[in-house]
Amino acid sequence: MIDWDPLILTFKLALVTTIILLVISVPLAYWLAYSKSRIKPVIETLVSMPLVLPPTVLGFYLLMAFSPGNAFGSWLNEWLGIRLIFSFSGLVLGSILYSLPFMVHPIQSGLSSLSPSLLEASYVLGKSKRTTLFKILLPNIKPSLLTGIVLAFAHTIGEFGVVLMIGGNIPEKTKVASIAIYDEVEALNYGAANTYSLILFAITFIILLAVYLTNGGYLKRFWK
Amino acid sequence: MIELNIHKTLNATQGKMVLDVKLHIQKGQLVTLYGSSGAGKTSILRMLSGLLQPDKGKIEVKEEPWLDTTKKINLSPQQRNIGFVFQEYTLFPNMTVRQNLEFALSKTQDKSIVEELILITELKELQHRKPETLSGGQKQRVALARAMVQQPEILLLDEPLSALDLAMRIKLQDYILKVHQKYQLTTILVSHNISEIIKMSDQVYCIDQGKIERHGTPLEIFTNNKVDSELKLFGEVIDIQKEKDTHKVSVLIGTNLVHITAQESEVKTLQQGDTVIITSSAFKPVIQKVQP
Repeated sequence: MIDWDPLILTFKLALVTTIILLVISVPLAYWLAYSKSRIKPVIETLVSMPLVLPPTVLGFYLLMAFSPGNAFGSWLNEWLGIRLIFSFSGLVLGSILYSLPFMVHPIQSGLSSLSPSLLEASYVLGKSKRTTLFKILLPNIKPSLLTGIVLAFAHTIGEFGVVLMIGGNIPEKTKVASIAIYDEVEALNYGAANTYSLILFAITFIILLAVYLTNGGYLKRFWK
Repeated sequence: MIELNIHKTLNATQGKMVLDVKLHIQKGQLVTLYGSSGAGKTSILRMLSGLLQPDKGKIEVKEEPWLDTTKKINLSPQQRNIGFVFQEYTLFPNMTVRQNLEFALSKTQDKSIVEELILITELKELQHRKPETLSGGQKQRVALARAMVQQPEILLLDEPLSALDLAMRIKLQDYILKVHQKYQLTTILVSHNISEIIKMSDQVYCIDQGKIERHGTPLEIFTNNKVDSELKLFGEVIDIQKEKDTHKVSVLIGTNLVHITAQESEVKTLQQGDTVIITSSAFKPVIQKVQP
């Protein structure tokens, strides 16, 4: 049978990435939705870059930045003991950057679609911005949050270029399912490649279907 | 109670407009800001509540400065104790009616005020419903109750009744008056509706292009001061029909439709939707108790 490690690694990576992304993206999306700052277009552009940039470009620059052969990489290595190249933490960092727009965009557009008077109503009731965010804004954009979480998760499962550049192909450490498929094809093991592919296909299909069913209200109707 | 003197350049739909307003409002009064849309009425409420920043000016409430641009004093909306009812209902969709009210409680506050307000605004039946299942009038009743939870001394109402039908409007006017009197509020209402203003307010400020044009009691403002009789009814023209020599004008007074015979000369300036005053000086009106 096939080696299950790449699949387990893939889902571990997707889970860790999604959790960290959620924590980062809520404040970032909040700022993007409400700020009138002049540098906002620049930040928006940077967040959206991974949508259009070839993943190998992102991977290449991360590789350059974190390589122990240069100042920053060696500083990280010597002072913090972190090696981001060819390691799981490096993969997580790469995936966070690569999937950032998939988490930030749905949350940002969810927040923008809420009426601004909802915030104002909360402020005149004496509630802080923080309370308003957690008690009013986030509960009212649950579909957007779900979309962001699932897209980021599914997108991380599907990444290849960034992972290959920064993580290489080390079994049990950085060899994720998408790379394993490539490996098996290279070795002419079409059967194993097919098994991996089918599993990824089925899981991503089910995840996305679940989102569309939930956000479209089909499940609610079904249960009633 | 409220001393307000503010100056702000607004980007209105018809280009730039300078809002320059001085208000002096006494405790316990219900004051109306009246004027066409875009005159700056809502902006005044927003600046009083801290949601909008004036370019320069001063706001003092009970001799305590809320805003003073020369001294760089500017309290945030959270620090200003006011109740605000918005034109669109702004209930929090993720909470039930009761949760909406409870959310408004401050940390140290006793919950009993929520029960009291639910009683006064008759929300007991609706308390566990979500806002999306309520009618416009019900939503605005909840918004009114929610604005009162922190027991502010000032209540700001930004055209709260404009989206409601007449019967609902009259009912809500009564709720507002009830709350205004019970909690001895100082209330500022923005309204277009003359009969509503006459029914509810002590003072009217007419605002045009960001300036106060006139101010006085509703009767001083909306009648030409020439009327001097015992019977005065305000209503809205619903229909004008020509009959042989005269005209039959249908006027809605409160919820009653009244037909009044009028001469050509009287009808000339009238059209549907006008607010009119009906007086009688030639005969003595008869008053009788209605048997229940």
